[in-house]
Parts: sequence; structure tokens; C-alpha cells
Amino acid sequence: MVKFNRFTLDNGLRVIVHEDKTTPMAVLNILYDVGARDENPEQTGFAHLFEHLMFGGSVNIPNYDEPLQRVGGENNAFTSNDITNYYITLPAVNIETAFWLESDRMLSLAFSEKSLEVQRNVVMEEFKQRYLNQPYGDVWLHLRPLVYKNHPYRWATIGKELSHIENARIEDVKAFFKKHYNPQNAIMVVGGDIDTERVKQLANKWFGSISAGEKYNRDLPQEPLQQQARRQIITAKVPLNSIYIAFQMPGRSDDSYYITDLISDLLSRGNSSRLYKNLLKENHIFSEIHAYMTGSFDTGVFVLDGKPLPGVTMEDAEAAIWEQLTILKNEMVPVDELTKVKNKTESTMVFSETSLLDKAMNLAYFELLGDADLINQEAGHYLNVTAQQIKQQAQALFTKENSSTLIYLAEPC
Amino acid sequence: MLNRTLTPEFKAIDHINLLTPGYTKFNNDCKLYWFNSGEQELVRIEWIFNNLRFDIEKPLLNVAVNTMLNDGTNSLSASQIADAVDYYGAFLQVDYGFDHSQVTLYCLNKHLQNTLPVIKDILVNSVFPEKELHTFIRNQQQKLQVSLQKNDFIARRAFNRSVFGNTMYGLSAEANDYDTIKRDDLLLHYQQMYQPNNCTILVAGKADDDIIKLITQSFGKDWNNNGKADISQPEAVANAEEFHLIEKPDALQSAIRIGIPTINRMHPDFPALQVVNTILGGYFGSRLMANIREEKGYTYGIGSAMASMKYAGALFIATEVGADVTRATMQEIEKELHILKTELISHEELGLVKNYMLGALLGSLENVFSHADKFKNVYFSDLDYEYYDRYTQVVRTITDKEILDIANKYLDFNKFHKVIVGKY
Repeated sequence: MVKFNRFTLDNGLRVIVHEDKTTPMAVLNILYDVGARDENPEQTGFAHLFEHLMFGGSVNIPNYDEPLQRVGGENNAFTSNDITNYYITLPAVNIETAFWLESDRMLSLAFSEKSLEVQRNVVMEEFKQRYLNQPYGDVWLHLRPLVYKNHPYRWATIGKELSHIENARIEDVKAFFKKHYNPQNAIMVVGGDIDTERVKQLANKWFGSISAGEKYNRDLPQEPLQQQARRQIITAKVPLNSIYIAFQMPGRSDDSYYITDLISDLLSRGNSSRLYKNLLKENHIFSEIHAYMTGSFDTGVFVLDGKPLPGVTMEDAEAAIWEQLTILKNEMVPVDELTKVKNKTESTMVFSETSLLDKAMNLAYFELLGDADLINQEAGHYLNVTAQQIKQQAQALFTKENSSTLIYLAEPC
Repeated sequence: MLNRTLTPEFKAIDHINLLTPGYTKFNNDCKLYWFNSGEQELVRIEWIFNNLRFDIEKPLLNVAVNTMLNDGTNSLSASQIADAVDYYGAFLQVDYGFDHSQVTLYCLNKHLQNTLPVIKDILVNSVFPEKELHTFIRNQQQKLQVSLQKNDFIARRAFNRSVFGNTMYGLSAEANDYDTIKRDDLLLHYQQMYQPNNCTILVAGKADDDIIKLITQSFGKDWNNNGKADISQPEAVANAEEFHLIEKPDALQSAIRIGIPTINRMHPDFPALQVVNTILGGYFGSRLMANIREEKGYTYGIGSAMASMKYAGALFIATEVGADVTRATMQEIEKELHILKTELISHEELGLVKNYMLGALLGSLENVFSHADKFKNVYFSDLDYEYYDRYTQVVRTITDKEILDIANKYLDFNKFHKVIVGKY
């Protein structure tokens, strides 16, 4: 059970406080309701590039990192297709420094040309390091446009191509800030060794005078239901063949999310999972095999990926995966196996409560989904899933018409 | 009117509170330490074993024995072990390191009585079935092929090989090394290494009396020694060749890894060298990051770190940079090392680094698990908590002049081992 208090400033900034006196530390987490899905198709990778620029100095504070390190703090951020999340951890006695820094960059950035130029280069090197200079690093650059034809999820957070980042201009940066970075589009969570009253006082002092800004009204093209199987074959300099089968699935707020999550656990969580047991250990078809999902706010992706052993044809490997999916569609999951994945989910949740930062991030995330208290309702949703629901959901998801298959072939040397 | 240009008042961290563990030693000489704290009804239990003496003829024995611990006992198959652990929502991990290898269990307290017998079985009755060994070898060889396409992986191997030579620390296995693994060797290695007098159990979480009793009942009896494990290690002898260029004509980026064998945690200068390392490349605002990422934009990240092992230590710098700026990056690194050795650090920068390091130490104590981790750092270096008092003392009081001395004593760029994978 994660306890919290909640209030909203006059300018629309939502604030959540989680008091945790077991630690001498504090966390200040700010989630901005903007991700790569909000980008212009001709300027992809912008939300993430912008995240880098948030560290390039704000209107009254030329250097973000230095004063934070001086008070013993650390910070980082990440961008996904849905959100951009910034967090600071620091000794709780120095919490005001975090308010000072975060409020100034919500007020306005410095918009330095030098910072833009350097971060463009840094992000292009990140693009190379993570997506281009790695075996299979570009898989999602191929898989996304195969699964999505309409929705902006068709590009990755890093962007469609290097040139989009290369061409970013300071005017674009300013416009993006104005559109997305204001109190109305943000959720702040303060956690750790702090009191709610003190947080109220500090929030009003540092954030209260920031103008509400314009409300961003999201109106994204949604992905139509897929009607036909898709398939793509690519060849690259990698040592082993690899196969990816992706299915569209409902978004994060759909009731079926929990069912689908348990399906991925049945298939691939731990050494007792079906894919590992049947396709790697008992039958020697793959050297690696996984199932997972993206958990996106809008239509998500459920993926199975595997690397077949030498001598196993891609046809046989693909058929072996489908056979496992067919079993899920035709047979009820045994009681013990369902209990197993539920127990696993339960302990994961209890373990995540030992991390202050995890709790703070999750509170912000669930508040954006509609209510921070969802964090305490998750376990119940998983416990309620039935074998019948799993069978029905498998039938709905795992059809040829809903599948996108990417065959990634090793180039002969 | 709020003045946003002024820094709010702050306090420096002057001390940290570390939890002291409970301790007992079983009749079979297995040692048990426990940290009882936290609100959640759960525990993390680690069974940690010293590695046996490294044998260059059988370099992968330690890795294979550890990884295959959950692959079957005389009463449970690999699949039954997995079922038994997963059913209770527990997580079983096996990990091998340079000096130690271990089994870790994460479990809710209410299920512990059901999962401990499985761990006991693994530690006492593992059989390493021939069939599972084949699977292990085949899959590891496939994974190695993929890893060998990653420049940073190749650079790490080549660097360790160069600095640590023919030891566990310098190990860089090739695919055919896996073919030399024999089941009989695994069994022998297992019997010698995984015995109670070579084991330390560490418990962290809500480790109340009932939990400790449960663990004592499981591992304090019916688990016997069969001699004394040879846990000495061959001395690390660095390679004479210090420059290694591994060319990759198609590389978009080069992986750089350069560094020097140096002192480990047991040496009195270690905390001071950690301060020097932090200034150089140990945090986001470090000189390497400020210059090579934030000023030049050559890389997504660059850092330096210290590796402290039982019988060796190293300080190294690692990055991946645009292939066209590899040479320029090497020059900038050399320049930064030179500055560190010739110019006194400003009061402002030194003050920042000190506060940062003390805050980071405090911040690293997130929960009861981190207290156990802090304990491991000193316990396995034959040190005690006095080390952390000395560490905070050194960080608080070190002077600009001492920084210069330490940098000159330990950082000779000409003696650095230099590995570049990509283009140069």
C-alpha cells in the first residue's frame, strides 16, 4: 500500500506527496504529458532531443547540474512514446534546491544555440550507439512502421532518421516548450523524508507564480484494427537469424491489459515459462526466446522474438511459436500455472515498494492515467483474471490477420 | 518578489548511518549475516562462495558450474526447480563474478518455507545433467557470437586481457573453449567450491527471528564439508603490449577503453584516488563528460571508474565515440589527465565534488538491500565499517594539493593500456 496526499496549484500543476521516513533522502519527480507520439512526422525524435535541452540551462540558472551536485543530488530523465519524465534524488534536507531548479526550467529555458548544437551531436551519437552500431539495434526502427500505419507510434522515440535531429532549429525548440512544458501538462511527485505541509509551501513558493500556459489538446490519428497479415524480410550483418512476430493489442487503460500482461508472463517469465521450457529446453529450436509488450497508452504491441538454433529453418521456428499460441487459444490454463503468474506479479509489486524512486515514478504515471491510487489497485486487477479470460484474449490477439512478422536474416559472410 | 537567481540554502552531509548486521556461524562453518529492517514482508538471501583457483586449461568451469546450478539435482529436474521457485512468486538468480559466485533468492516471507528446500537441494545435490550441459554450451556459443559483434564488449575483453593476463579477471573465452567443458570436471568443481566452509549467507529484509530460525534449520545441518577449497589465485601479470587496435571498417562508432592496473580498496590511498576518479570521469559533471560530451558532442557518454577486486585493481576510462573523432577523443583524454596532474583544482570544483560524493553515498542507501551491499564491499575486502568513516573523512578533508599528488602518483598516461575497437 503506497500512501499519498494530493493537491493542485491554481495554475493547474498537480502535486502528489508520498511521505517515507525510512530514508534520509527525497525524490522530486516531474512527469510532462508529452512523448514521441506528439511529434510532427517531419520532426521525429524531437521530444527526446528536447529532454536533453532541458539540461542546457534555464532562464535564471545557467547550469542545471552543477548546483544540484553541489547539494549532493543526482538526476536523470527518460522519454518514451507517451511521456517525458525527469527525476532528482537528493538528501531530504536539501529538497528546496530541487524545487528551485525544476521550477525555473518550467518557467523558461535559456534556449542556448550552443546547447542545441552540442545536444544534436550527442543525440546523433546516441542514435548510432543504441540503434545503428549494435547487432539487431535497428529492429524497432523496422518493426514500428510494420505494426503502425497511421498512429505516430510508427516512429521510435529516438526518431525516424538522423536528419530529423540534424535539422532541429531553435525556433522549433521554443515552440515545443510553449506547447508542452507548462504547469497544466505536468505532474509533480515529491517523496521521501518530507512533510506534506512543507511541500505545499515550497510548491506555492517556487511553482505558484508560473503561468498556467495553454492546454494542449491531444488529437492523434488512431491505429485502425489490422485486417491482414504483414511480413517483412531484412538482411543485415548479424551473426544469427532472428524472428519477430508482433500483434496489435489494446492500450494501457483497457481492461484487457492485465489479461494480456499475464499471457506474456505465462509465455516468457522465468525458467518455468512455456516458451523457455518447450522451445529452448525440451525441444531445441531456439537459443533465445522471449515474449513482451509495450504497454503503450494507445494501441500497443505484443511481441514474440527468438533466435533459432543452427539447422532450424525459419519456417519451423515460426511454426513452433504459433503452436504455442494455438495452445493458449484452445486450452484452458491450468489452475496452478495461473496461480504461479499471479504470485509472481504480487511479489514484484511488493518488491517495487522498497524503492522510493520507483514509487514516485509510478505515482506520477498512474496519476496521468487518471488516478494515482491505481497504484494500489493493480494487484486486485491481476488477481481477478480468469483462465477463461486468458483463452478469450489469446483468441482475440493471436490471429494471422493481426500479426506482423519480421524476419531478420544474417548476411552470409 | 522571489529571486530565482539565488541558490536556496543547503547543508553538507557530515555522516551516514549504516545498519550493523547480526552474525552467527553454523557448526558446519557456514557464516550467516542478517540485516533486519524495512516495512515489506520480504527478504533477499544471498549464498556467496569464493571462487576456486583459476585454471587456464579449464577457463569456463566456474561460469558453467554457477550458471547450471539450477539445471537439476538428484531429485529435481531443471524444469521442476523452475516450477517450484516460480510458483511461490520467488526469484532465483545465479551470478558469477571475478572473486565470488552466488545464488540469490528474492522471496516473500510467507513463501520462504517452501522455497528454501529448493535452494538447499541445489547447493547440496546438483548433478549437471549431460543433456543440460549440451544445451548450455550450444546457447552460450550462440550468445557469444552476438556479443562479439558489439564493439564495447570486444573492447572490455581486450582491455581485461591486457591488464590482468591469464587470470579470472582477464578471461576472454572463445566459442571453442565451451567445447572443453566436461561433466566430470563440473561435478568436481562443484563439490570443492559449494561447501559450507566456503559460504557466506547474507539476508536483508524483514529478517526477524522466525526467518533466521528457518534459514538456520535449513543450512546449519545436513550440509557437510568435504575438505578445504583452494581459493588462492594466480597473480595478475599485465600484458607487455599496451596498445591494441581492433579495426572494424564499417564501424559508425569506435569503442575506447583505456586504463591502468592500480590499488584496490584495501590500500589506504583508495578513497583519495576515488575522489580523483570522480573529478576525472566519475559523475555527470565530470571533466571528461564536460569536455567530450557537453562541449564537443563526440559521444553519448564517457566515464571513468575503479574496479576493486580481491587480488587486483584497475582504473579505466570507457566511451563510444563517432568513428571520425576517435583520435581527437584520445587527445582530449590525454589533455584532461595532464591538467589533473599539473593544475590545482579550484575550491569551487573541489567543494562540489565533495558534496556530490557524500550525497551519492547517502543516496546509495536506498533500502535494506543497499545496506547489505555496503557491507559486502568491506567484508570481502577484509575491511570493516571503519572504512566508511575513513572514506567520508578523506572526502571531506582532502586538499587541492593532495589531489595533485595522488593524480601524479597513480595516473601515468604513458603506462595506460589502450584498446580501440573501430577506426583510428
